[in-house]
Amino acid sequence: MNFLDSIWLIPLFPLVGAAVMLLFGRRLANSVIRILCPGTIFVSFIFSVGAVMQLAGSEHKVHEVIKYLWMPPLHADWGFLLDPLSSVMILVVTGIGFLIHVYATGYMAHEGGFYRFFGYLNLFVFFMLTLVLANNYLLLFVGWEGVGLCSYLLIGFYYHKKSAGDAGKKAFIVNRIGDAAFIVGMLLIFSIAGSLRFTEVNEFIEAHHFAAETAAWGILSTTALMLFIGATGKSAQFPLYVWLPDAMEGPTPVSALIHAATMVTAGVYMVCRSHVLFELTPMTLQIVATIGGFTAIFAASIGLVQNDIKRVLAYSTVSQLGYMFLAAGVGAYWVAVFHLFTHAFFKALLFLGAGSVIHGMNGEQDMRHMGGLKKYMPVTHWTMFIATLAISGIPGLAGFFSKDEILAQVYGSAHGSKALYVVGLTTALMTSFYMWRLMYMTFYGTARSHVHAHESPLSMTGPLMVLAAGSALVGWLSVPKFFPIGAHTFEHWLEHVFGSEKGGAEIPEVLLTSLSVAAALLGIWIASRIYLKVWEGPLYKAMLNKWYVDEIYDFLFVNGLAKGGGEVLGAFDRNVINGGVDGAGWLARMVSSVSIWWDTWIVDGAVRATSFTVKLSGYPVRLLQTGHVQSYALVFIVGVLAMFGFYVLR
Amino acid sequence: MPLANFIPTADDYLRYLPEIILTVVGVVIMFLEAVGGERRKPALGWLAGAGLLAAIWGSVVALGVGGTGFQNMVIVDGFATFFRILVLVIGLLTIVSSTQYLDREKANAGEFHALLLFSIAGQCVMASANELIMVFIGLEISSIASYILAGYLRDDRRNNESALKYFLLGSFATAFLLYGVAWVYGLTGSTNLAEVRRVLMTPESAPNLVLMGTAAALMFVGFAFKVSAAPFQVWAPDVYQGAPAPVSAFMSTGPKAAAFAVFLRVFITAFGPIATRWEPFVWGSAIATMIVGNFAALTQTNIKRLLAYSSIAHAGYVLVAVTAHSEIGTAAAMFYLAAYAFMQIGAFAVVTWFSRQGEKFVNVDDLAGLGERQPMVAAMLTIFLLSLIGVPLTGGFFGKFYIFRAALDSNLVWLTVIGLLNSAVAAYYYLRLIVVMYMKEPGAATENIGPVSAGLRVAILGSALATLVLGIFPSLVLDFAGRSAALVK
Repeated sequence: MNFLDSIWLIPLFPLVGAAVMLLFGRRLANSVIRILCPGTIFVSFIFSVGAVMQLAGSEHKVHEVIKYLWMPPLHADWGFLLDPLSSVMILVVTGIGFLIHVYATGYMAHEGGFYRFFGYLNLFVFFMLTLVLANNYLLLFVGWEGVGLCSYLLIGFYYHKKSAGDAGKKAFIVNRIGDAAFIVGMLLIFSIAGSLRFTEVNEFIEAHHFAAETAAWGILSTTALMLFIGATGKSAQFPLYVWLPDAMEGPTPVSALIHAATMVTAGVYMVCRSHVLFELTPMTLQIVATIGGFTAIFAASIGLVQNDIKRVLAYSTVSQLGYMFLAAGVGAYWVAVFHLFTHAFFKALLFLGAGSVIHGMNGEQDMRHMGGLKKYMPVTHWTMFIATLAISGIPGLAGFFSKDEILAQVYGSAHGSKALYVVGLTTALMTSFYMWRLMYMTFYGTARSHVHAHESPLSMTGPLMVLAAGSALVGWLSVPKFFPIGAHTFEHWLEHVFGSEKGGAEIPEVLLTSLSVAAALLGIWIASRIYLKVWEGPLYKAMLNKWYVDEIYDFLFVNGLAKGGGEVLGAFDRNVINGGVDGAGWLARMVSSVSIWWDTWIVDGAVRATSFTVKLSGYPVRLLQTGHVQSYALVFIVGVLAMFGFYVLR
Repeated sequence: MPLANFIPTADDYLRYLPEIILTVVGVVIMFLEAVGGERRKPALGWLAGAGLLAAIWGSVVALGVGGTGFQNMVIVDGFATFFRILVLVIGLLTIVSSTQYLDREKANAGEFHALLLFSIAGQCVMASANELIMVFIGLEISSIASYILAGYLRDDRRNNESALKYFLLGSFATAFLLYGVAWVYGLTGSTNLAEVRRVLMTPESAPNLVLMGTAAALMFVGFAFKVSAAPFQVWAPDVYQGAPAPVSAFMSTGPKAAAFAVFLRVFITAFGPIATRWEPFVWGSAIATMIVGNFAALTQTNIKRLLAYSSIAHAGYVLVAVTAHSEIGTAAAMFYLAAYAFMQIGAFAVVTWFSRQGEKFVNVDDLAGLGERQPMVAAMLTIFLLSLIGVPLTGGFFGKFYIFRAALDSNLVWLTVIGLLNSAVAAYYYLRLIVVMYMKEPGAATENIGPVSAGLRVAILGSALATLVLGIFPSLVLDFAGRSAALVK
């Protein structure tokens, strides 16, 4: 069978599933839905694998299938493009999408609206596949808005919860701002290249030998910036990231599929897809890298002190997406895609594991009420353990290879800088810290609630195990150059799209790798010191307990000094000595609370102020709207006089 | 000039076939209403529908013998035919969506249908006018019929208020238009659009540009009133809120489309040579209209009023296309008006059904739980709202897309940016309706809601289908619009 020419079928299977669900789902038994909906994704997955294998075997690494000339004047067709970049994306979307569907059959088993949930989920996969397979910007945008819509429907799935409805609306509206910029970018591309088809736009830009806009800000830079603003909306980058943490109101499989593995990476995909344009606009690339780096460290610092297990992961996702933009911004597009690929595995796994914990704890999401779950939920624990190792960047696991490569590229690439490298390295330390904090608070120590936790059914643990294998192994597809074993498959595969790496400055790879591994280990160490009382020696107790301090203080001062003076010293003790004892933890908390303060008061405040201004500005209009015909006529006259005045004065 | 020149030819009559059919059928309906009994009345609706269908056929026939007729008074080209068919289809949808309303309010009378046909006849005259006097006559025929329609329920106070406001302010605005026509005639010696253009293009005979610009401004007041453009939009929320829901649907689409048709034709054909004179105030009005419409809609709690402000905002987007004054701008405006008509009528049709007798339930919160009680209607309303927001695969998206493309093409960068930001703001109030429908518990208004009548069902499904077709296969309409957008012959 010729899978290459059938790529247009890949998005259609989930569409059929969605149509059946939304039209007849109400009458179908849950057992049918359980087979049908994951089944459609699995068929798409088979077709994707077949197509990618045939693409790998063929001489020409770009395959375009145009089924219908949709809008000839715009060169926008109902057409699909399979190249190494989109093949990575469809494998992620269908493969991980399938696993998450299977998981959801277990997770949502006791929820109402089973058919509706799967209908939306299938519809989402349809739009996502349209997005990544589209051969032009317009069809990409159709998928882009479609996934946004499904995301809105799924976040608000628990519609009896008001917060869920509000979160869905926030996500949609914040995304509309990005979309407005995307439309401008698209229109500019059309005005530059006269086409919206990726291949033609790229050819046009290359053939016309536009000079790289190094000296001045020009039309290409503006176009690229507009596309990037669109990407910041969808991929939750500063300052448009605010919707993603709230989106955690949706069911957990939705968070895993949409808000971790697929939809939020659409922005990264789109920037990489437009890499020919971005290459010519160093100033925009610099903005991309800066925003990416800033988002990475900023979101990670908020993640340090979150207590809701899903919100930790949400900020972690924002932070990891920041890494991807950081990589894209320094021109290392293949690394961005590589990190997108590995991140999809371990972040989906983390979300699904968190879902399993929530499921086992009967809906509890606050980590302060968890603890000691390791022995009740062994599969969940071990799979999440692997994912946490992977995201922290422990050598041998997937996250290590991609994150390490990002840091190396940021250090060594022509667009990169040492400052951004330090930001990336600090983020790696923070990542490792908050992830282990999550693990320790959830699975270790003693149980802090009376809920009888239980392991989840096989339909949920099965996907966890598959994803854990992925999180452990996929990194070996592209290992650092100094590694004696392992492949460079991923890098070479994407060279067909992004071109081979230009020989930059010599990178001290071994040193950089050691540094990032050290950062990861340091994060784990601090987390274990604070959250895991493994080392309960006398010094530790002395540091963590103010018990001895109190005793000395009692012995020395209580009987000797007046109460007032004692209180001053007490305050000193609480604020300074304790602070000093908590050391790194205190500093981290402070940074974090500053970030949270910024988030709540400045960013949210700005959003709220905007909506307030928006509402306020409705009032003058209403003032004019008195209901009296005479005053309406007066408005007319004023309008006419204003126009005449315009003629007289100009 | 020999007398024979003043006797219309057979082709002249063919070119006026839609107007002739509508007038004849309208008169017949009034006559039958007087002689027929009470039981015959439902048949009059069918007759009006048949008349509209015949007029659509007539428009196609008229295009077959296209050209100017009646001594250059009318012009039948693709542009005129597009708008003729558009307002006729709007009329058909209005008739099917008003059946339930008229029965419910016990006001089913032939005069409703007759007035509707006369109003549409006036709009067809506007679409094919090639002469400022014809523009004025068409505008008056259309307006007077719609003034009466706005106050159709004679005993309803809101209807009365609506009709009176519409009439008083409408007459006021028309006076400006007529004054502008007088100025144009005084300055150029003609009221024929092509002739005015010729005079303006000839340097020797060109009149004073300041005066000519003022004349254009005066005419703009009249048109801006009809399309509810700022600052002449103040009447629209009150009138749309007070009028019967099917009539509001009609008034916010039919007369608006026809008014944009003459607006485009007059300003691009006749005033094209002085575009630099009128571009600034159309530009300003476009921005003001978008901002006033969208921002005022944010705080509305009454659905009809919300749709009224939204209709103002959409007029603003079309004004962006007018400001571009290029062929793709005209085509974009044509496409947008068609897409807008379907989504607006569809949304109003749902409101017509939902509001119940005496229009009791017209608050946004009344929609609570509709998604659960009537999933089909809620889904259709969602389609209309998504199209009003401008989500891809609906007509509203491509409408906006082409308009902003046309604007960028004419280097109207700021207008494009402001327009796009406005369309982002607009998402907020439409989405509120969707949230209420799907994410709130059913309240009193949705508890005992009756079924949707056959007529309304046709209107709602038909509009939804059209909205989706325009969003998925925009070329079907856009190609025709693109071919007939050349207004300067």
